[in-house]
Amino acid sequence: MPDSDPIEQRGYADTDVLVSTDWVAARLDDPAVRLVESNEDPLVYPSNHIPGAVEVDWTRDLNDPLRRDYIGPQQFAALMERLGITPETTVVFYGDKNNWWAAYAYWVFQLFGHDRAKLMDGGRLKWEAEGRPMTREVPRPAPSTYPVPQRDDSAVRAFRAEVQEHVKARRPLVDVRSPEEYRGERLHMPEYPNEGALRGGHIPGARSIPWARAVNEDGTFKPADELRQIYAAENDVEPDDDVVVYCRIGERSSHTWFVLSKLLGYPKVRNYDGSWTEWGNSVGVPVER
Amino acid sequence: MGGVPRRLAGFLELLEAVPDRADRIQLLIDVADRFREVPPEIAERPFPESRRVPHCESEAFVWAVPRPDGTLDFHFAVENPQGISARAMAVILDETLSGAPLEEVAWVPGDLPLEIFGNELSMGKSMGLMGMVGMVLAAARSRAGVAARTG
Repeated sequence: MPDSDPIEQRGYADTDVLVSTDWVAARLDDPAVRLVESNEDPLVYPSNHIPGAVEVDWTRDLNDPLRRDYIGPQQFAALMERLGITPETTVVFYGDKNNWWAAYAYWVFQLFGHDRAKLMDGGRLKWEAEGRPMTREVPRPAPSTYPVPQRDDSAVRAFRAEVQEHVKARRPLVDVRSPEEYRGERLHMPEYPNEGALRGGHIPGARSIPWARAVNEDGTFKPADELRQIYAAENDVEPDDDVVVYCRIGERSSHTWFVLSKLLGYPKVRNYDGSWTEWGNSVGVPVER
Repeated sequence: MGGVPRRLAGFLELLEAVPDRADRIQLLIDVADRFREVPPEIAERPFPESRRVPHCESEAFVWAVPRPDGTLDFHFAVENPQGISARAMAVILDETLSGAPLEEVAWVPGDLPLEIFGNELSMGKSMGLMGMVGMVLAAARSRAGVAARTG
């Protein structure tokens, strides 16, 4: 498998948001950097992880335990203090599944304005494939002080009512699920939830651009010119558009949100984290197949 | 209709005796470490699509091979190198259901993964693991000649 070009040579709008495994390896002992692993599979971090990395679990740490929403500012500050993170700490996210959950955690951190954040290109799989060190030792960072931040969802998050307006205004939507999910064709078996939704299909007008098109075989991000070809040239999702991305619960679309807003520098991209589990269960909303 | 297979009931009792989340996770990691892929005399890559578990993002495959006594042996492959939960699930299904009476295997609850891994699984992960259970149940039901319960 050919190596990807160095990040700074890929033409991204912001080369500061993505770091290589080499960059991380050189900073394992840097107190200004906190590595955060976020996975879909709850057994992965405890089985081993990069030395010094702490875990942020998307359900236990980032989601409100009662209502479908994220934690509030006080819980976020408490989480940061437990993880030894201050507003000045550079947080580097990585994880399984091509960084889906790492991108999701990165995106949730944006709700609280923690913009000293980066993704590790290629995620956990690349680090492991390169034979770099892993450990089972769970670090116990000294608790930090983190002022309770303001939470502002408006810039990066879209709610259902906003998406309905978006549809009416015929503004671009990007569905990053598989083509089968987009067409409402995923097979399901008796006794199984059908993708957690009562209706299959997609939000009217949405383009189907599966998240995986943005990455190489090794999970690293494609260079900017290839990404522009996929989103702008092939699908008319242009930099000056007001764009909403969605998937099933908002994690895969966080990955695409990262590509459009950070790597390509589109100024207005929001993630509809209610995604298909909300839209496909909502009464009266339009569905297209 | 049979009860829960004896070895599965024993495993669930063992898990129940481990209330601490970290200890339970460690136990499941240890279980996953016992994973042995489907032997080559039963299947080799490329694995047939008919054996692929629907919804499983860890790319799991399931085989059910009859024993002389009429029960089934279950074998698995998990292509995702980070699919630790899928490997743990495969080991649990093999160790507790291979050779068990088919009428008992047929009625194992389809949401068994939630009982084992808790409610913290993502929707995608739980559907993949339930897909593994579903393939095992479907094989047992087919061989035992029982229809899937509906309603």
